[in-house]
Amino acid sequence: MVAPPYGIVLELTHRCPLQCPYCSNPLRLERAADELPTATWCRILEQSAALGVLHAYFSGGEPMARRDFFDILRHASGLGLYTNLITSAVLLDADALREAVAAGLDHVQISFQDVGAADSDRMANYAGAYAKKRAAAELVRAAGLPLTLNFVVQRDNIARVPQMLALAEAIGAERVEIANVQYYGWALLNRAALLPTRAQLDAATAAVLAARARLRGRMVIDYVVPDYYAVEPKACMGGWARQLLTVSPAGRALPCHAAETLPGFDWPSLRTQPLAEIWQNSDAFTRYRGTEWMPEPCQSCARREIDWGGCRCQAFALTGDAARTDPACALSPDHALMQLAAEAAERPPPDLVYRRLGAALTPAE
Amino acid sequence: MSADSARIPRLARGLKFRFDGVRGAWVLLGPERLFLPDAAAVAVLQLIDGARDLGGIVDALAQQFDAPRAEIAADVAALLDDLTARGAVAW
Repeated sequence: MVAPPYGIVLELTHRCPLQCPYCSNPLRLERAADELPTATWCRILEQSAALGVLHAYFSGGEPMARRDFFDILRHASGLGLYTNLITSAVLLDADALREAVAAGLDHVQISFQDVGAADSDRMANYAGAYAKKRAAAELVRAAGLPLTLNFVVQRDNIARVPQMLALAEAIGAERVEIANVQYYGWALLNRAALLPTRAQLDAATAAVLAARARLRGRMVIDYVVPDYYAVEPKACMGGWARQLLTVSPAGRALPCHAAETLPGFDWPSLRTQPLAEIWQNSDAFTRYRGTEWMPEPCQSCARREIDWGGCRCQAFALTGDAARTDPACALSPDHALMQLAAEAAERPPPDLVYRRLGAALTPAE
Repeated sequence: MSADSARIPRLARGLKFRFDGVRGAWVLLGPERLFLPDAAAVAVLQLIDGARDLGGIVDALAQQFDAPRAEIAADVAALLDDLTARGAVAW
Protein backbone atom coordinates (compact mmCIF):
# COMPACT_ATOMS: atom_id res chain seq x y z
CA MET A 1 0.00 0.00 0.00
CA VAL A 2 1.38 3.38 -1.02
CA ALA A 3 1.41 6.04 1.72
CA PRO A 4 -1.28 8.67 1.10
CA PRO A 5 -0.43 12.25 0.08
CA TYR A 6 -0.25 14.96 2.72
CA GLY A 7 -1.45 17.76 0.50
CA ILE A 8 -3.39 18.54 -2.64
CA VAL A 9 -2.85 21.66 -4.76
CA LEU A 10 -6.09 22.69 -6.42
CA GLU A 11 -5.45 24.92 -9.41
CA LEU A 12 -9.04 26.08 -9.60
CA THR A 13 -8.45 28.24 -12.66
CA HIS A 14 -5.69 29.64 -14.82
CA ARG A 15 -7.48 32.97 -15.01
CA CYS A 16 -5.56 35.71 -13.21
CA PRO A 17 -5.67 39.51 -13.23
CA LEU A 18 -1.86 39.56 -13.05
CA GLN A 19 0.53 38.79 -15.92
CA CYS A 20 3.76 37.92 -14.08
CA PRO A 21 6.36 36.73 -16.60
CA TYR A 22 7.62 34.01 -14.22
CA CYS A 23 4.27 32.29 -13.71
CA SER A 24 4.62 28.56 -13.07
CA ASN A 25 1.48 27.83 -15.09
CA PRO A 26 1.94 26.05 -18.41
CA LEU A 27 2.46 28.20 -21.52
CA ARG A 28 -0.78 26.79 -22.88
CA LEU A 29 -3.25 28.15 -20.34
CA GLU A 30 -6.53 26.39 -19.66
CA ARG A 31 -9.64 28.26 -20.76
CA ALA A 32 -12.56 29.01 -18.44
CA ALA A 33 -14.91 26.77 -20.43
CA ASP A 34 -12.68 23.77 -19.68
CA GLU A 35 -12.64 24.26 -15.90
CA LEU A 36 -14.22 21.72 -13.57
CA PRO A 37 -17.68 22.49 -12.20
CA THR A 38 -18.23 23.13 -8.48
CA ALA A 39 -19.59 19.67 -7.73
CA THR A 40 -16.51 17.96 -9.16
CA TRP A 41 -14.14 20.06 -7.06
CA CYS A 42 -16.22 19.15 -4.01
CA ARG A 43 -16.06 15.47 -4.88
CA ILE A 44 -12.27 15.69 -5.30
CA LEU A 45 -12.02 17.25 -1.85
CA GLU A 46 -14.12 14.43 -0.37
CA GLN A 47 -11.90 11.82 -2.01
CA SER A 48 -8.81 13.67 -0.78
CA ALA A 49 -9.90 13.71 2.84
CA ALA A 50 -10.84 10.04 2.68
CA LEU A 51 -7.44 9.18 1.19
CA GLY A 52 -5.56 10.96 3.99
CA VAL A 53 -4.86 14.42 2.57
CA LEU A 54 -4.42 16.96 5.38
CA HIS A 55 -3.72 20.20 3.51
CA ALA A 56 -5.73 21.76 0.69
CA TYR A 57 -3.92 24.50 -1.22
CA PHE A 58 -6.21 26.70 -3.30
CA SER A 59 -4.12 28.04 -6.12
CA GLY A 60 -4.29 28.90 -9.79
CA GLY A 61 -4.15 31.33 -11.60
CA GLU A 62 -6.04 33.37 -9.10
CA PRO A 63 -8.35 30.97 -7.22
CA MET A 64 -10.62 33.83 -6.14
CA ALA A 65 -11.43 34.48 -9.79
CA ARG A 66 -13.84 31.55 -9.51
CA ARG A 67 -17.32 32.73 -8.52
CA ASP A 68 -17.84 29.53 -6.51
CA PHE A 69 -14.54 29.83 -4.61
CA PHE A 70 -16.23 30.27 -1.23
CA ASP A 71 -18.49 27.25 -1.79
CA ILE A 72 -15.49 25.06 -2.60
CA LEU A 73 -13.57 26.47 0.37
CA ARG A 74 -16.49 25.84 2.72
CA HIS A 75 -16.67 22.26 1.54
CA ALA A 76 -12.97 21.70 2.22
CA SER A 77 -13.20 23.18 5.72
CA GLY A 78 -16.23 21.05 6.48
CA LEU A 79 -14.21 17.96 5.65
CA GLY A 80 -11.56 18.93 8.23
CA LEU A 81 -8.91 19.83 5.64
CA TYR A 82 -6.46 22.60 6.56
CA THR A 83 -7.22 25.26 3.98
CA ASN A 84 -4.52 27.48 2.47
CA LEU A 85 -5.37 30.28 0.05
CA ILE A 86 -2.49 31.08 -2.31
CA THR A 87 -3.50 34.40 -3.79
CA SER A 88 -2.42 37.52 -5.62
CA ALA A 89 -4.83 39.28 -3.20
CA VAL A 90 -6.04 41.80 -5.75
CA LEU A 91 -9.57 40.40 -5.28
CA LEU A 92 -9.23 40.07 -1.50
CA ASP A 93 -11.19 43.06 -0.19
CA ALA A 94 -12.91 43.30 3.21
CA ASP A 95 -16.12 41.59 2.07
CA ALA A 96 -14.26 38.74 0.42
CA LEU A 97 -12.09 38.16 3.47
CA ARG A 98 -15.16 38.13 5.74
CA GLU A 99 -16.77 35.51 3.54
CA ALA A 100 -13.58 33.45 3.45
CA VAL A 101 -13.28 33.50 7.24
CA ALA A 102 -16.92 32.46 7.53
CA ALA A 103 -16.19 29.61 5.12
CA GLY A 104 -13.46 28.36 7.49
CA LEU A 105 -10.28 29.56 5.81
CA ASP A 106 -7.19 28.64 7.87
CA HIS A 107 -4.34 30.57 6.22
CA VAL A 108 -3.61 33.17 3.57
CA GLN A 109 -0.47 33.42 1.48
CA ILE A 110 -0.16 36.66 -0.50
CA SER A 111 2.30 36.88 -3.36
CA PHE A 112 4.38 40.04 -3.71
CA GLN A 113 6.31 40.86 -6.86
CA ASP A 114 8.53 43.43 -5.14
CA VAL A 115 8.55 46.18 -2.49
CA GLY A 116 7.19 49.47 -3.78
CA ALA A 117 4.31 50.07 -6.16
CA ALA A 118 6.20 51.02 -9.32
CA ASP A 119 8.46 47.95 -9.57
CA SER A 120 5.80 45.60 -8.26
CA ASP A 121 3.03 46.73 -10.60
CA ARG A 122 5.37 46.69 -13.58
CA MET A 123 6.31 43.05 -12.92
CA ALA A 124 2.64 42.07 -12.51
CA ASN A 125 1.64 44.32 -15.43
CA TYR A 126 -1.29 45.50 -13.30
CA ALA A 127 -1.59 49.10 -12.13
CA GLY A 128 -2.61 49.31 -8.47
CA ALA A 129 -1.84 45.69 -7.61
CA TYR A 130 0.72 46.54 -4.93
CA ALA A 131 -1.63 48.85 -3.03
CA LYS A 132 -4.31 46.15 -3.05
CA LYS A 133 -1.85 43.57 -1.75
CA ARG A 134 -0.73 45.81 1.09
CA ALA A 135 -4.33 46.53 2.04
CA ALA A 136 -5.25 42.84 1.89
CA ALA A 137 -2.30 41.92 4.10
CA GLU A 138 -3.50 44.39 6.74
CA LEU A 139 -7.02 42.98 6.51
CA VAL A 140 -5.76 39.42 7.02
CA ARG A 141 -3.70 40.64 9.98
CA ALA A 142 -6.71 42.37 11.51
CA ALA A 143 -8.88 39.26 10.99
CA GLY A 144 -6.40 37.21 13.03
CA LEU A 145 -5.65 34.64 10.36
CA PRO A 146 -2.07 33.42 9.92
CA LEU A 147 -0.39 35.31 7.11
CA THR A 148 2.45 34.39 4.78
CA LEU A 149 4.03 36.88 2.42
CA ASN A 150 5.56 35.25 -0.63
CA PHE A 151 8.17 37.37 -2.36
CA VAL A 152 9.09 36.07 -5.79
CA VAL A 153 12.73 36.89 -6.32
CA GLN A 154 14.55 37.39 -9.61
CA ARG A 155 17.36 39.44 -11.08
CA ASP A 156 15.50 42.74 -11.04
CA ASN A 157 14.42 42.69 -7.36
CA ILE A 158 16.89 40.40 -5.60
CA ALA A 159 18.89 43.36 -4.27
CA ARG A 160 15.79 44.36 -2.30
CA VAL A 161 15.54 41.17 -0.22
CA PRO A 162 16.40 43.13 2.98
CA GLN A 163 13.48 45.50 2.28
CA MET A 164 11.18 42.53 1.61
CA LEU A 165 12.06 41.04 5.00
CA ALA A 166 11.55 44.42 6.66
CA LEU A 167 8.11 44.78 5.07
CA ALA A 168 7.04 41.32 6.26
CA GLU A 169 8.24 42.18 9.75
CA ALA A 170 6.44 45.54 9.72
CA ILE A 171 3.17 43.93 8.61
CA GLY A 172 3.64 41.27 11.29
CA ALA A 173 3.46 38.18 9.10
CA GLU A 174 4.31 34.97 10.93
CA ARG A 175 5.92 33.60 7.83
CA VAL A 176 7.69 34.95 4.79
CA GLU A 177 8.94 33.13 1.74
CA ILE A 178 11.89 34.56 -0.10
CA ALA A 179 11.40 32.38 -3.12
CA ASN A 180 13.68 32.65 -6.08
CA VAL A 181 11.81 31.99 -9.28
CA GLN A 182 11.78 28.32 -10.23
CA TYR A 183 12.38 27.99 -13.93
CA TYR A 184 9.35 26.25 -15.41
CA GLY A 185 6.57 27.45 -17.66
CA TRP A 186 6.69 31.19 -18.27
CA ALA A 187 9.76 31.55 -16.07
CA LEU A 188 11.79 29.19 -18.23
CA LEU A 189 10.71 31.16 -21.28
CA ASN A 190 12.03 34.33 -19.59
CA ARG A 191 15.03 32.78 -17.86
CA ALA A 192 17.66 34.90 -19.59
CA ALA A 193 16.01 38.02 -18.14
CA LEU A 194 15.15 36.65 -14.70
CA LEU A 195 17.99 34.47 -13.41
CA PRO A 196 20.14 36.42 -10.92
CA THR A 197 23.91 36.30 -10.90
CA ARG A 198 25.86 34.28 -8.36
CA ALA A 199 26.98 37.46 -6.61
CA GLN A 200 23.39 38.70 -6.34
CA LEU A 201 22.28 35.37 -4.91
CA ASP A 202 25.09 35.30 -2.34
CA ALA A 203 24.10 38.75 -1.06
CA ALA A 204 20.45 37.69 -0.75
CA THR A 205 21.45 34.52 1.11
CA ALA A 206 23.48 36.54 3.59
CA ALA A 207 20.52 38.85 4.22
CA VAL A 208 18.20 35.90 4.80
CA LEU A 209 20.56 34.16 7.22
CA ALA A 210 21.04 37.35 9.24
CA ALA A 211 17.29 37.97 9.43
CA ARG A 212 16.64 34.36 10.43
CA ALA A 213 18.99 34.66 13.37
CA ARG A 214 17.50 38.00 14.42
CA LEU A 215 13.84 36.97 14.05
CA ARG A 216 14.08 33.44 15.46
CA GLY A 217 10.84 32.47 17.18
CA ARG A 218 9.01 35.53 15.78
CA MET A 219 8.91 35.06 12.02
CA VAL A 220 9.65 31.94 10.00
CA ILE A 221 11.67 32.64 6.87
CA ASP A 222 11.52 30.05 4.11
CA TYR A 223 14.18 30.51 1.49
CA VAL A 224 14.21 28.96 -1.97
CA VAL A 225 17.29 29.30 -4.17
CA PRO A 226 17.46 28.81 -7.94
CA ASP A 227 18.56 25.31 -8.93
CA TYR A 228 21.11 26.87 -11.25
CA TYR A 229 23.49 27.60 -8.37
CA ALA A 230 22.85 24.37 -6.50
CA VAL A 231 25.26 21.51 -5.94
CA GLU A 232 22.57 19.07 -4.89
CA PRO A 233 19.14 18.98 -6.54
CA LYS A 234 15.98 19.81 -4.61
CA ALA A 235 13.68 16.96 -3.59
CA CYS A 236 11.06 18.26 -5.98
CA MET A 237 7.55 17.86 -4.49
CA GLY A 238 9.20 15.69 -1.81
CA GLY A 239 9.67 13.03 -4.51
CA TRP A 240 7.44 12.09 -7.42
CA ALA A 241 3.97 11.14 -6.12
CA ARG A 242 5.12 10.74 -2.53
CA GLN A 243 3.62 13.67 -0.60
CA LEU A 244 1.65 15.96 -2.87
CA LEU A 245 -0.39 16.12 -6.00
CA THR A 246 -1.81 18.90 -8.16
CA VAL A 247 -5.13 19.09 -9.95
CA SER A 248 -5.24 21.21 -13.11
CA PRO A 249 -8.22 23.50 -13.78
CA ALA A 250 -9.61 20.90 -16.17
CA GLY A 251 -9.31 18.12 -13.57
CA ARG A 252 -6.17 16.30 -14.59
CA ALA A 253 -4.28 14.75 -11.67
CA LEU A 254 -0.58 15.60 -11.80
CA PRO A 255 2.38 14.69 -9.58
CA CYS A 256 3.42 18.36 -9.83
CA HIS A 257 2.09 21.53 -11.43
CA ALA A 258 4.64 21.44 -14.27
CA ALA A 259 4.11 17.78 -15.13
CA GLU A 260 1.96 18.49 -18.15
CA THR A 261 5.12 19.68 -19.93
CA LEU A 262 6.28 16.04 -20.02
CA PRO A 263 5.50 14.10 -23.20
CA GLY A 264 4.41 10.48 -23.28
CA PHE A 265 1.92 10.63 -20.42
CA ASP A 266 -1.80 10.06 -20.40
CA TRP A 267 -2.69 12.21 -17.41
CA PRO A 268 -5.56 10.69 -15.43
CA SER A 269 -8.72 12.75 -15.15
CA LEU A 270 -10.53 13.25 -11.87
CA ARG A 271 -13.70 13.85 -13.88
CA THR A 272 -13.89 10.11 -14.45
CA GLN A 273 -11.36 8.32 -12.20
CA PRO A 274 -11.27 8.13 -8.39
CA LEU A 275 -8.33 9.83 -6.68
CA ALA A 276 -7.23 6.79 -4.63
CA GLU A 277 -6.95 4.67 -7.76
CA ILE A 278 -4.97 7.36 -9.55
CA TRP A 279 -2.63 7.90 -6.61
CA GLN A 280 -1.90 4.24 -6.05
CA ASN A 281 -1.94 2.60 -9.45
CA SER A 282 -1.89 4.99 -12.39
CA ASP A 283 1.05 4.88 -14.78
CA ALA A 284 1.51 8.63 -14.36
CA PHE A 285 1.93 8.44 -10.59
CA THR A 286 3.96 5.25 -10.41
CA ARG A 287 6.40 5.91 -13.27
CA TYR A 288 8.97 7.91 -11.26
CA ARG A 289 7.87 7.00 -7.76
CA GLY A 290 10.60 5.55 -5.54
CA THR A 291 14.06 4.68 -6.85
CA GLU A 292 13.69 1.82 -9.37
CA TRP A 293 13.40 4.11 -12.39
CA MET A 294 16.62 5.94 -11.58
CA PRO A 295 19.63 6.01 -13.89
CA GLU A 296 23.18 6.40 -12.66
CA PRO A 297 24.54 8.41 -10.91
CA CYS A 298 21.26 8.46 -8.91
CA GLN A 299 20.81 4.69 -8.64
CA SER A 300 23.91 4.12 -6.49
CA CYS A 301 23.84 7.53 -4.77
CA ALA A 302 23.61 7.73 -0.99
CA ARG A 303 21.19 10.66 -1.38
CA ARG A 304 18.72 8.88 -3.66
CA GLU A 305 16.04 8.78 -0.96
CA ILE A 306 16.81 12.36 0.13
CA ASP A 307 16.46 14.24 -3.15
CA TRP A 308 14.71 11.48 -5.15
CA GLY A 309 16.74 12.34 -8.25
CA GLY A 310 15.62 15.98 -8.24
CA CYS A 311 13.03 17.28 -10.64
CA ARG A 312 11.67 15.30 -13.62
CA CYS A 313 10.28 18.38 -15.33
CA GLN A 314 13.60 20.18 -15.11
CA ALA A 315 15.43 17.12 -16.43
CA PHE A 316 13.09 17.08 -19.41
CA ALA A 317 13.12 20.84 -19.99
CA LEU A 318 16.92 20.98 -20.09
CA THR A 319 17.93 17.60 -21.54
CA GLY A 320 14.85 16.38 -23.41
CA ASP A 321 14.69 13.24 -21.26
CA ALA A 322 12.55 13.22 -18.09
CA ALA A 323 14.28 10.09 -16.77
CA ARG A 324 17.75 11.63 -16.58
CA THR A 325 19.35 12.91 -13.39
CA ASP A 326 18.29 16.49 -12.68
CA PRO A 327 21.03 18.70 -14.21
CA ALA A 328 20.96 20.72 -10.96
CA CYS A 329 23.01 17.92 -9.39
CA ALA A 330 26.77 18.42 -9.61
CA LEU A 331 27.06 14.68 -10.37
CA SER A 332 24.78 14.93 -13.41
CA PRO A 333 26.50 14.52 -16.78
CA ASP A 334 24.40 17.51 -17.90
CA HIS A 335 25.38 19.85 -15.06
CA ALA A 336 27.25 22.15 -17.48
CA LEU A 337 23.83 23.27 -18.80
CA MET A 338 23.23 25.04 -15.50
CA GLN A 339 26.55 26.85 -15.77
CA LEU A 340 25.71 28.04 -19.29
CA ALA A 341 22.47 29.56 -18.03
CA ALA A 342 24.30 31.15 -15.11
CA GLU A 343 26.77 32.74 -17.51
CA ALA A 344 23.85 34.22 -19.46
CA ALA A 345 22.73 35.89 -16.22
CA GLU A 346 25.81 38.13 -16.47
CA ARG A 347 24.59 39.60 -19.78
CA PRO A 348 21.97 42.34 -20.31
CA PRO A 349 18.42 40.97 -20.02
CA PRO A 350 16.17 40.51 -23.07
CA ASP A 351 12.58 41.84 -22.96
CA LEU A 352 10.12 39.94 -20.79
CA VAL A 353 7.22 37.97 -22.25
CA TYR A 354 4.22 38.62 -20.01
CA ARG A 355 1.85 35.81 -19.11
CA ARG A 356 -1.37 35.98 -21.11
CA LEU A 357 -3.40 33.64 -23.23
CA GLY A 358 -1.49 33.03 -26.42
CA ALA A 359 1.48 35.27 -25.59
CA ALA A 360 4.01 32.46 -25.51
CA LEU A 361 2.90 31.00 -28.82
CA THR A 362 4.59 33.81 -30.73
CA PRO A 363 8.29 33.73 -29.88
CA ALA A 364 9.68 37.06 -28.63
CA GLU A 365 12.05 38.79 -31.06
CA MET B 1 14.67 28.34 35.68
CA SER B 2 11.92 29.57 37.99
CA ALA B 3 11.14 32.52 35.71
CA ASP B 4 10.95 30.15 32.74
CA SER B 5 8.66 27.79 34.66
CA ALA B 6 5.95 30.43 34.82
CA ARG B 7 5.94 31.05 31.09
CA ILE B 8 2.90 29.70 29.27
CA PRO B 9 3.34 28.11 25.84
CA ARG B 10 0.50 28.03 23.37
CA LEU B 11 0.08 26.80 19.83
CA ALA B 12 1.00 29.56 17.40
CA ARG B 13 -1.74 31.30 15.46
CA GLY B 14 -3.41 28.97 12.97
CA LEU B 15 -1.84 25.77 14.34
CA LYS B 16 -4.13 22.76 14.75
CA PHE B 17 -3.23 19.65 16.72
CA ARG B 18 -5.48 16.77 15.83
CA PHE B 19 -5.71 13.03 15.44
CA ASP B 20 -5.53 11.77 11.87
CA GLY B 21 -7.79 8.76 11.60
CA VAL B 22 -6.33 7.62 8.26
CA ARG B 23 -2.75 7.36 9.58
CA GLY B 24 -3.74 6.53 13.15
CA ALA B 25 -1.44 9.27 14.41
CA TRP B 26 -1.48 12.76 15.91
CA VAL B 27 -0.54 15.54 13.51
CA LEU B 28 0.21 19.23 14.02
CA LEU B 29 -1.03 21.31 11.11
CA GLY B 30 -0.04 24.88 10.34
CA PRO B 31 0.18 27.29 7.42
CA GLU B 32 1.57 25.16 4.58
CA ARG B 33 3.29 23.00 7.11
CA LEU B 34 2.91 19.68 8.79
CA PHE B 35 4.61 18.29 11.88
CA LEU B 36 4.49 14.58 12.64
CA PRO B 37 5.25 14.56 16.36
CA ASP B 38 6.77 11.46 17.99
CA ALA B 39 5.25 9.99 21.16
CA ALA B 40 7.22 12.31 23.47
CA ALA B 41 6.20 15.40 21.51
CA VAL B 42 2.56 14.26 21.47
CA ALA B 43 2.64 13.98 25.26
CA VAL B 44 3.89 17.57 25.53
CA LEU B 45 1.51 18.96 22.90
CA GLN B 46 -1.47 17.37 24.67
CA LEU B 47 -0.61 19.41 27.76
CA ILE B 48 -0.44 22.75 25.93
CA ASP B 49 -3.79 24.39 26.56
CA GLY B 50 -2.92 28.08 26.77
CA ALA B 51 -3.31 28.05 30.58
CA ARG B 52 -0.78 25.53 31.91
CA ASP B 53 2.71 26.98 32.39
CA LEU B 54 5.99 25.27 31.60
CA GLY B 55 6.43 24.16 35.22
CA GLY B 56 2.98 22.61 35.21
CA ILE B 57 3.72 20.72 32.00
CA VAL B 58 6.95 19.32 33.43
CA ASP B 59 5.18 18.32 36.67
CA ALA B 60 2.46 16.51 34.78
CA LEU B 61 4.93 14.64 32.60
CA ALA B 62 7.19 13.70 35.51
CA GLN B 63 4.17 12.15 37.17
CA GLN B 64 2.87 10.53 34.01
CA PHE B 65 6.18 8.87 33.12
CA ASP B 66 7.51 8.47 36.67
CA ALA B 67 10.78 10.03 35.58
CA PRO B 68 13.25 12.49 37.20
CA ARG B 69 11.90 16.02 36.94
CA ALA B 70 15.21 17.57 35.80
CA GLU B 71 15.49 15.14 32.93
CA ILE B 72 11.93 15.84 31.79
CA ALA B 73 12.46 19.59 32.15
CA ALA B 74 15.49 19.53 29.84
CA ASP B 75 13.70 17.46 27.21
CA VAL B 76 10.59 19.64 27.27
CA ALA B 77 12.63 22.84 27.05
CA ALA B 78 14.54 21.54 24.02
CA LEU B 79 11.37 20.41 22.28
CA LEU B 80 9.50 23.66 22.88
CA ASP B 81 12.52 25.71 21.82
CA ASP B 82 12.60 23.81 18.53
CA LEU B 83 8.85 24.19 17.96
CA THR B 84 9.14 27.90 18.77
CA ALA B 85 11.91 28.38 16.22
CA ARG B 86 9.77 26.60 13.62
CA GLY B 87 6.82 28.86 14.32
CA ALA B 88 4.58 26.18 15.83
CA VAL B 89 4.63 27.38 19.44
CA ALA B 90 4.40 30.90 20.83
CA TRP B 91 4.62 32.26 24.40
